[in-house]
Amino acid sequence: MPAPMPSAPTIDPPQRSATAAFLAGFGAAWLSVMAYVLIGTYIGLAALAHDFGFSLWWLAASTVLVWAGPAQVILVSALGAGAAPIEVAIAVSLSSVRLLPMVISLLPLIKQPQTRNRDLLLPAHLTAVSMWIEALRLLPPLPREHRIPFANGLGLSFLLAAQIGGGIGYYLATSLPPLLSAALLFLTPMSFLISTTRNCRLLSDWLALVFGLMLGPLLAFWQVGLDLLWTGMVGGSLAYGIYRLREARR
Amino acid sequence: MSGELHAYVLLVLVGFLPNEIWRMLGLVVARGIDEESEFFMWARAVAIAVLAGVIAKIVMLPPGTLAGVPLGIRLGAIACGFVAFLAVRRSVFAGVIAGEVVLTLGALAYGI
Repeated sequence: MPAPMPSAPTIDPPQRSATAAFLAGFGAAWLSVMAYVLIGTYIGLAALAHDFGFSLWWLAASTVLVWAGPAQVILVSALGAGAAPIEVAIAVSLSSVRLLPMVISLLPLIKQPQTRNRDLLLPAHLTAVSMWIEALRLLPPLPREHRIPFANGLGLSFLLAAQIGGGIGYYLATSLPPLLSAALLFLTPMSFLISTTRNCRLLSDWLALVFGLMLGPLLAFWQVGLDLLWTGMVGGSLAYGIYRLREARR
Repeated sequence: MSGELHAYVLLVLVGFLPNEIWRMLGLVVARGIDEESEFFMWARAVAIAVLAGVIAKIVMLPPGTLAGVPLGIRLGAIACGFVAFLAVRRSVFAGVIAGEVVLTLGALAYGI
């Protein structure tokens, strides 16, 4: 558990407390399982990139620019296999739809009425499943003016963890044994499921989790186009609707 | 060297831009939304449902070498990890380690 933020004394200059909040976020990342999950996941991704002949610098740049594991897997394997660029772009974009509701449900937690758009660019770019899950858990107790630097510190720390994993994976180089690579792939669903469960507070959170778990594979199995988009829209709206109906009855 | 440059141009055009568009759209939409609003609550539910869908899809229709591990072992490992999380003071680390151990032992026993 990260140490609670000290209540800012009034004499504390704002700049200093922003730096402290950034460092608190940077440190909090390493107390989260997500930092280690990212290292493991990016070891696997780097092994894949190495197999397809991408340089370590290219992989590192893709982690900074794309910063979304599934999109990077698609990018590496599809470009590596020589797919048409437009097809790759569409596949990447479809895999990243989840970032939209995540950014929408993160930014209102960190912005203030006077926050400038450009101060939200970095937290929006750093939004990925790992950062989103932990930000939702760690931000609410913090004073609002500390939340943007904290989120930036958290996200950049996770990005660093991914780069460390990428470096390790690239230098291990030789294709990973299947057992290890399967175990690394399993890190994502296992850690995401537990971390999301830990974050569930409202009835709508729980229902959205259960509906999503059921709809995701069903729609994919029936080969419904844009399956994850529908999973989110249908599962999320149902969960929200049921929660609202129950609240209204009270 | 031009091949190398080509790879970076492709990275920006077919990796960065089609991915980043969702974040920037989110930034625009979130502009007028506050934490108490109904739209925020709905977006949160949608985000959780999408993430849950991603999780279940990876377990049921796994990518790469994970597909070589039988479904029963994958589901058993997820269940054991989840129970360990609940049993050990809601520790995420305990849950992930337990799930990984069960998956690895199961895969070994199956002969992977």
